[in-house]
Amino acid sequence: MAEATAPKGLQDRMERNIWALLIVLAVVLSIGGIVEIVPLFFLKGTMEYNKFPEIVWSKVGKTPIVTVDASGKQVWSWKAGDGIRPYTALELAGRDVYEREGCYLCHSQMIRPFRDEKDRYGHYSLASESMFDHPFQWGSKRTGPDLARVGGKYSDAWHRAHLRAPQSVVPESVMPNFPWLEEDKVDGSTIQAHMRGLRAIGVPYTDGDIEAAPKLVAGKTEMDALVSYLQVLGTMAKLDDTKAYRE
Amino acid sequence: MEAGLEQKYNFDVVRWFTVMAVVYLVVGAAVGVYIASELAWPALNFDIPYIGFGRLRPLHTNAVIFAFGGCTLMATAFYTVQRTCGVRLWSDKLAWFTFWGWNLVILAAVITLPLGLTQAKEYAELEWPIDILIAVVWIAFTLNFVMTLAIRKTSHIYVSNWFFLGMMVMITYLHVVNSLAVPVGLFKSYSIFSGVQDAMIQWWWGHNAVGFYLTSGFLGIMYYFVPKQANRPIYSYRLSVIHFWALMFGYVWLGAHHLQYTALPDWAGSLGAAVSLAMIIPSWGGAVNGMMTLSGAWDKLRTDYVLRFLIIALAFYAMSTFEGPVMSLKTVNALSHYTDWTIGHVHSGALGWVAGISIGATYHLMTRLWHTEMWSEKLVNTHFWTATIGTVTYIVAMWVSGIMQGLMWRAYDDYGTLAYTFVESVAAMHPYYVMRAVGGAIFWSGALIMLVNVVMTIRKSVSQGSLRQARALAAA
Repeated sequence: MAEATAPKGLQDRMERNIWALLIVLAVVLSIGGIVEIVPLFFLKGTMEYNKFPEIVWSKVGKTPIVTVDASGKQVWSWKAGDGIRPYTALELAGRDVYEREGCYLCHSQMIRPFRDEKDRYGHYSLASESMFDHPFQWGSKRTGPDLARVGGKYSDAWHRAHLRAPQSVVPESVMPNFPWLEEDKVDGSTIQAHMRGLRAIGVPYTDGDIEAAPKLVAGKTEMDALVSYLQVLGTMAKLDDTKAYRE
Repeated sequence: MEAGLEQKYNFDVVRWFTVMAVVYLVVGAAVGVYIASELAWPALNFDIPYIGFGRLRPLHTNAVIFAFGGCTLMATAFYTVQRTCGVRLWSDKLAWFTFWGWNLVILAAVITLPLGLTQAKEYAELEWPIDILIAVVWIAFTLNFVMTLAIRKTSHIYVSNWFFLGMMVMITYLHVVNSLAVPVGLFKSYSIFSGVQDAMIQWWWGHNAVGFYLTSGFLGIMYYFVPKQANRPIYSYRLSVIHFWALMFGYVWLGAHHLQYTALPDWAGSLGAAVSLAMIIPSWGGAVNGMMTLSGAWDKLRTDYVLRFLIIALAFYAMSTFEGPVMSLKTVNALSHYTDWTIGHVHSGALGWVAGISIGATYHLMTRLWHTEMWSEKLVNTHFWTATIGTVTYIVAMWVSGIMQGLMWRAYDDYGTLAYTFVESVAAMHPYYVMRAVGGAIFWSGALIMLVNVVMTIRKSVSQGSLRQARALAAA
């Protein structure tokens, strides 16, 4: 009988004892993840803003990004280049659409530090630029071009025409049409709930941001929202070519 | 066939998982062929939100990985653990809960993904209520498996079960951590992680879904079904011990190689790449161990079509576990990342290795579970050739298109400006996207042949009464 022979070494012991095998596996399997993931939350070098605080908007979490005054006019306390900030209500609604339609499956938002990517898309992406992105949208595939700095490259009208029917402006495109975006409206209370959820996990929205949300999205279509999201991509921080943000 | 097996073991749940696996292979591959065709002919999106590429692609990946792969793993794990432990499953109730729960997850995926309800993390798209269901069902599956090992009649735990167990523990870690999210609606949530940390956690999940779900689990299948089908013992015990622990320890580190040259700190990406390179050794350890099991009996490949599937799967496994480490090298990754090469690499693993070993194991199971020969051996051989030709067509198309994309994006003309616009690279892909869709369709036609063969075999078993007889036979 095999049971009669004494175990020879650790492997033999584990093969005879399910609990020993289970515990050793649980430990062995956790090491790689812990070593690679945990430091990212603590090491200062991970986020460039530790060395270059100017890339984050100085009023983040203190001042609402944009509010609507009594006459219905939008009042912005942030302008392009002021630094990285959370998305406005309308941009966030656009980002929700971006996720829903699976845009990230064909478009990356992560420019690598190569000459050709600089020429094609612009300055390489920084970790800090997606610090408010829950989840990240770096993507893994470029069936279409990178969108990390697409903001401001095309007009709103171009984006609308392109989203409605991409082949109308880029004949060779294989992107689907998204005509329904112009019909569906953004809901103010839904977007408020989304902003509250994000605030609960650390996105610094002010009360003013959340309060202004329904007014900012009133009457807006999903098309308006998605275009405003695309137009802000890569425009938040003004990056300096002479600075080495990353090793 | 030994008498009394049907009374001794719970084969009913294995039968159900096996049939559903074949059904999901046909469905999942069909969705794959459709979305591949959408990239070749975008008019196929038909301006209908529910069938656009961006919503169907997650349905394809979920259907093939979790529906087809999952049902295969659950069928084979439940079968293997009973046969190698000499005992019935610890709990029949938990086994049936696993079956219905898992299929409910799949049904929920089929409904929610086309509706655009997604967490927007690759291979982890399902929203939080479904994620909770997955966790519960997965833990029920694991518990039943572990407890069956605990009450085993054999002295040692067979190597297949080590691999299944490694998968179960790691997938529990990965699924729970990567799916942590704050719900903001019934079917809307945001990952609690953001940016770079979320990216690392996502690819720790993403690559280990490959490493543990699609590799470790399927190596578990290999270690039982290859020796069984070849009727020979596994080549080397020592090799299996070494490559098992190397795989368990090493695979976990690889996720970072998906983020080379991104905003992930360089140390993490380099660490991932270094371990990736080292992973050739344990991966090939498994492939060699499986293939050499045939040592001295290679002639069986001429007559045994099921064995052909198992061995060609190992050949694809060896090929893609060589390709993977090469692609994780920084210089290669600079070219291959973001291109179709990645898609080709995934499919040489998914179609060649995972589907190949699953199909082989399924044919083996069919004869054991329904106590009869396959309805048509010839069709098994036809399936073998359609699967192989389809896979090769697919991956060759993606190699060419991937490398071409990479080269076009970085090409400069004599004046120092970019030689091609992005859309020129898109236009250049068209013939390869057509070729890929054709390759996929060939592979899919094989799956359809398999479904027919499986259905006819079951009908044959019913008309012969072979399963009924096996059930009636008293234990010897």
